[in-house]
Amino acid sequence: MTNNIITKSGRIHSIETCGTVDGPGIRYVIFTQGCPLRCLYCHNPDCRHPEDGKVVTVNELIVDIQKYKSYIKFSGGGVTVTGGEPLMQPEFVGEIFRRCQELGIHTALDTSGYVKLATAKTILDCVDLVLLDIKSFDPTIYRKVTNVSLEPTLNFARYLSEINQPVWIRFVLVPHLTDPLHNIRGLAKFISSLSNVERLEILPFHKMGEYKWERLGYEYQLKDAPPASPELVATAKNIFQEYGIKVY
Amino acid sequence: MLQQWKGFVSGKWTTEINLRDFIQQNYTPYEGDGSFLASPTSLTHQLWEKVKDLMAVEREKGILDTDTKVPSGITAHAPGYIDRDLEKIVGLQTDKPLKRAIMPFGGIRVVKSSLEAYGYQLDEQTQEIFTKYRKTHNDGVFDAYSREMKLARHSGIITGLPDAYGRGRIIGDYRRVALYGGDRLIEDKQAQLYSLEVDTFDEEVIRLREEISEQIRALKELIQMAAGYGCDISQPASNAVEAIQWTYFGYLGAVKEQNGAAMSLGRVSTFLDIYCQRDLDNGDVTEAEIQELIDHFVMKLRMIRFLRHPAYNELFSGDPTWVTESIGGMGEDGRTLVTKSSFRFLNTLYNLGPAPEPNLTVLWSEKLPVGFKRFCAKVSADTSSIQYENDDLMRSYYGDDYGIACCVSGMRIGKQMQFFGARVNLAKALLYAINGGKDEKAGEQIAPMFAPITSEYLDYEEVTAKFDLMMGWLAKLYVNTLNVIHYMHDKYCYERLEMALHDRDVYRTMACGVAGLSVVGDALSAIKYAKVKVIRNESGLAVDYAIEGDYPKFGNNDDRVDKITARVVEDFMNKVRQNKTYRGAVPTQSILTITSNVVYGKKTGNTPDGRKAGQPFAPGANPMHGRDTKGAIAALESVAKLPYEHAQDGISYTFSIVPEALGKTEDSKTNNLAGLLDGYFHDTGHHININVLNRETLIDAMDHPELYPQLTIRVSGYAVNFIKLTREQQLDVIGRTFHERV
Repeated sequence: MTNNIITKSGRIHSIETCGTVDGPGIRYVIFTQGCPLRCLYCHNPDCRHPEDGKVVTVNELIVDIQKYKSYIKFSGGGVTVTGGEPLMQPEFVGEIFRRCQELGIHTALDTSGYVKLATAKTILDCVDLVLLDIKSFDPTIYRKVTNVSLEPTLNFARYLSEINQPVWIRFVLVPHLTDPLHNIRGLAKFISSLSNVERLEILPFHKMGEYKWERLGYEYQLKDAPPASPELVATAKNIFQEYGIKVY
Repeated sequence: MLQQWKGFVSGKWTTEINLRDFIQQNYTPYEGDGSFLASPTSLTHQLWEKVKDLMAVEREKGILDTDTKVPSGITAHAPGYIDRDLEKIVGLQTDKPLKRAIMPFGGIRVVKSSLEAYGYQLDEQTQEIFTKYRKTHNDGVFDAYSREMKLARHSGIITGLPDAYGRGRIIGDYRRVALYGGDRLIEDKQAQLYSLEVDTFDEEVIRLREEISEQIRALKELIQMAAGYGCDISQPASNAVEAIQWTYFGYLGAVKEQNGAAMSLGRVSTFLDIYCQRDLDNGDVTEAEIQELIDHFVMKLRMIRFLRHPAYNELFSGDPTWVTESIGGMGEDGRTLVTKSSFRFLNTLYNLGPAPEPNLTVLWSEKLPVGFKRFCAKVSADTSSIQYENDDLMRSYYGDDYGIACCVSGMRIGKQMQFFGARVNLAKALLYAINGGKDEKAGEQIAPMFAPITSEYLDYEEVTAKFDLMMGWLAKLYVNTLNVIHYMHDKYCYERLEMALHDRDVYRTMACGVAGLSVVGDALSAIKYAKVKVIRNESGLAVDYAIEGDYPKFGNNDDRVDKITARVVEDFMNKVRQNKTYRGAVPTQSILTITSNVVYGKKTGNTPDGRKAGQPFAPGANPMHGRDTKGAIAALESVAKLPYEHAQDGISYTFSIVPEALGKTEDSKTNNLAGLLDGYFHDTGHHININVLNRETLIDAMDHPELYPQLTIRVSGYAVNFIKLTREQQLDVIGRTFHERV
């Protein structure tokens, strides 16, 4: 799989220095390379293959991150590692987080939770916030959307609740795909059983990633899917709120 | 104490002209939020509807109306009104709203051609007077220009020079009219005149004596002009409505007399707040009435117009006047200079809707009250009408009573002025360095015949050595050209009233400027870190470049190229500094293009960074379009590294972001935008325009301008109505880097 024998380096796709939607404040966002999921609506399909991207060392990243400490400080921001699936490179990502925390920088891990629990456990000590993407609650829909099974993600979510790890749940709302009411209700019920969820973010489906699919020569299967309407978003929001979940 | 000053704390200001002292003794800092603000009154609604209707007709016709005969002056036109019964603050530049005046002292030819462009004819007698009997600034300049100066102007290596129009960028301290009244100001000027009865009457003394005599004349005319509106401004203002009215009259006199490129207002809101607060404390007015006065004042400022040739739009688009008002900042004693009126001025963007003028400029400090920071961020996100400048940086240069002239030029109010110098095209200068002084487009020899570069691949050391020589030549020619312009402007088109509202001895800067900085930075980086092959035409002229390999680009917070770019700024400034300036002005430079980045690009051939001939430069100090790939903050950091000490006339950066990319909720958007400003200014960035817009909105506005009469966007140092831009400029704005990763 990945070339992670050397713990101090890893593969990334790119850096975004003005991240504002992956955790609180202005964030330095690292997009890691490689993902086991094949989400139909993925807006970073170019992050899929673990052998693509470029190799960087943790040192290089930490030097670069520190150039942005003013913005991080003033906005109450931090560093978010997303991807791809960051947990495909646990040593690398864990080391980034450890070094950030030493510098007093807030850390957020954006993950699908499709991961071996034992692997995830090794780095959670250094994570201030987990952004957990639960793509669906109905296992059939989940598999349709992601091409993998739901169970590891739910296990991961339960574990995070056990250790009382602060979590924001994210759910992508796609018309005619993830919007059946039982799917939304099931997710709401599940989340309400957890004790550590600070908020839920509904991400209305958009097609901003479509051009990347075309460029990569992949077939974009949601070509004809409409964007999530404000009414649909409101309906979903209501359901989550019925279960006492804070929705953003 | 005078009756009008009742309730004010006395100080040095009572015995000498000293506005700063008056403010420091009397203002009330405000640390709260915007919840106290009032909505527009019905009077304001009615009046603004009338103005909007007039503006709609104006947009249709180009100009609404114009004088064709009477040279403008402080008292040249009878009083004018929009609707006398509705106006709380009165005074128009001519006898009718939006009717333009002619100002031939700058140059008669440009007046004539401007009139003709809109279908009007210059009065024959006026033309005769200004051709036969009265020389203009423009005539003077061309009498003294050298052949080389004309050539450089023609080739476009120096452009936008104020040699046929008013230089502007001078801020009269209009507050003085309100605080002291005209009589006291005249008395002070008389004393200055007596102080110049010295042993030796040399050129300097004689010139200043003549100028002060002119200033006194202008003040007398100002009193007369105000009397036409039934106001006695010979005496100080006695309440808020008078303070606003008197201040506006001061400004109005200036814009009746001068068609300056930028006619900025200064820093009036906190000064006026003292009067507003006194009236509120006395129970004489309500918050709604105070807001009404400010709304009406701002409405007037939105109506300032000058007659300009349509071709002027190519350089500076959208009929700009740069009525810049500087708001906020911190005092030297650590108290904030934010007052409730700082909020009230920004609130006009809600009460009257967004607008490019007045050019509202927030002086930002890390230490500003949180309530004000968040309010500014919200107004920015809602209106895209505010620019921000680094108060913590500028306060150390100019103290705490400075204002911004035009876009980014800081100056002490009433104590400092500048000789505006537009800008040189540094990207072209780099091409001249490669081509031995020949223009890359026509092959004409413009600069001295230095040896051209003849190698197949560009060598970094060779290019920088030749570029250094070329910058030296250009700086010398540039300063000499500006010396000619400002000598003649002082002589034939002197700003009598604006200078009457200054101290006797003013600090002058020679405000040079550069365009195409990021092109040059990237080009040098390409030459150093990639391989750049020269493509020459049959006569040996380098006309294109092929880049082999990749190179670091300005805008990604990469020191390899950022240091090269910062070095260019410092090097050119040092070349400028080596030259002698008119009236001992201290040389400075800006990195600012306004909208001229489009026309500069049009006039410049292929450049070694890979930019194709004719493509626009990035505006101001911006990275080139689409080359900043690490996100907005990395771009901000690259710009923040440009050295302000070598660009004291300002470093302009324009930032555009889609709303969704600022955060998910209203609260997080406000927090993130304020955090972004704090971070940028903490890291010594100087200026930033904030646009929060969807690209789709702009595209729709191009196709349906009638639906977007007030759509305002910030471009390099000022704001414009988007629909007033030329199509090329609109496309440039839309093509520009929008930060939209979500």
